Amino acid sequence: MTVPIRYREDETFVLNLGPQHPATHGVLRVKLTMDGEYIVKAEPVLGYIHRMHEKMAESGSFGQFLPNTPRMDYLGALSYNHGYVMAVEQAAGIEVPERAEYIRVITVELNRLSSHLLWFGAFVLDLGGFTPLLYAFDDREKVLDLLEMVTGSRLTYCYFRFGGLYNDIEDDFVTGCREFIARLRSRMPTHYRDLVTGNIILQKRLKDIGIIDADMCARYGATGPVLRGAGVEYDVRKNHPYSAYPEFDFDIPYFPQCDSWARYLVRMEEMEQSMRIIEQALDKLPDGPVNAAKVPKIIKPDDGTYYTAVEAARGTFGIRMVCDGGKGPYRLKLRSPTFSNLSLFGEVAEGMLLADALAVMGSLDLVIPEIDR
Amino acid sequence: MARIESTEQLLAQIVAREVTVSETKDKEGEVKKTETLVQGVSTVDYAKAGVNLDVLASTEHVVPIAEAMAENGFFVEAVTGVDWIKDDQMEVIYDYNRMDKEPCRVAVRVRIARSAPAIPTISSIHPGANWHERETHDFFGIKFQGHPDLSPILLPEDADFHPLLKDFKP
Repeated sequence: MTVPIRYREDETFVLNLGPQHPATHGVLRVKLTMDGEYIVKAEPVLGYIHRMHEKMAESGSFGQFLPNTPRMDYLGALSYNHGYVMAVEQAAGIEVPERAEYIRVITVELNRLSSHLLWFGAFVLDLGGFTPLLYAFDDREKVLDLLEMVTGSRLTYCYFRFGGLYNDIEDDFVTGCREFIARLRSRMPTHYRDLVTGNIILQKRLKDIGIIDADMCARYGATGPVLRGAGVEYDVRKNHPYSAYPEFDFDIPYFPQCDSWARYLVRMEEMEQSMRIIEQALDKLPDGPVNAAKVPKIIKPDDGTYYTAVEAARGTFGIRMVCDGGKGPYRLKLRSPTFSNLSLFGEVAEGMLLADALAVMGSLDLVIPEIDR
Repeated sequence: MARIESTEQLLAQIVAREVTVSETKDKEGEVKKTETLVQGVSTVDYAKAGVNLDVLASTEHVVPIAEAMAENGFFVEAVTGVDWIKDDQMEVIYDYNRMDKEPCRVAVRVRIARSAPAIPTISSIHPGANWHERETHDFFGIKFQGHPDLSPILLPEDADFHPLLKDFKP
């Protein structure tokens, strides 16, 4: 709830939140002008871990940039990996076999689950509840094991290749996925819904706090769970279908309350939908190759500008690529979702209690390396 | 589909179509005319380009387009630049998208001079463009006229270089 601010200019003070503050989940600094416990002005200061991925993309070939992609959003790495290979495939006209598309969807959705599980744990931890983090990490560990089995790494997965995958999945992975989903399903009602979602303290911290409505989302270009928590049914997987997503039956959860609670509910429901997608993909998994037959060693797309977007765990990840006939992109713009999602924080935090603002920041699900790139 | 057509008409009212015609003679002496779009709206293949409409515009169209897009439910997904050092030009690309069931992505591309590059800001119309424009200023040194704060956002606060320029030497 926001209160009208009545403050005297000479009675405010500046509070530095971060860059080393656990609630910012990374190296983000927020310059807060405070009137007692209330925020008069909030100004995010970015760039502490800026690495200029876009210049790295320009200076190498298409393949050389591939391992950079998971290092932006290290919690939802495969969506980024997917977005980049899709961009190059679209520009160079490479067809991807059906089996590869299915495995891409399975692994991306597993990654989305692990990302949301980590968000869940860290978010409740921000609000003062420690135990749920342990349950969430217990389940997340299973996902990391599964993804390690196929990709070879535990966090910065670089599993997709232009026209296919690094390697095929094995039967162990398929049975492991089914076991994991059965386990998470059985734990959802008790360890997540009864313990946390039904908790009156959590609800009181989140309900009617941090109102971000559809109009504000449109003005700032906020996407993902933030937008769906504002009652807008927008998801790139449905609105601009890509990969094998049109083959599956799933819903886009959205809640009209516009508060932190709605954003919490969206992510909890998204986990259910991801499990649905993985189950369907495992049931219908087609046989066949996982790599396109003809992928040139040196990829040279036609001259032009291309745009590709995927739904990452935090919103729309877009790539604008300009090609001029060289071995690598002439220009590669990475549109990261939390960059836009965070830009509305200054407006939403105005007049809010500091403790509530931190809850709102948690509900935005920030990953700083992705903002700073 | 209706959305794409109506948006095309809307944008065509703002950006007048302009083409240059170049004539080439082929082997049999027949004159072939090839048209190159200098300015205007064109419908492109979504599967290839990733957008439905591609608009080539100039600086005076930037603000009218942003206003028309805001009125019609579009939001700014990204703003970025490209350094065309060979043509001695810079390009600013605006990506518009909408959130309803009628998907329509629009790319607006504007070429400006490479020396002292400047273009009007749209951050007062689309507040979301504010940080994207600051970032573009960081990387290319493009001045967004009327922008409230062009201080470095991703680069260090005392940065006086623009790393995405093609002639940038670290």
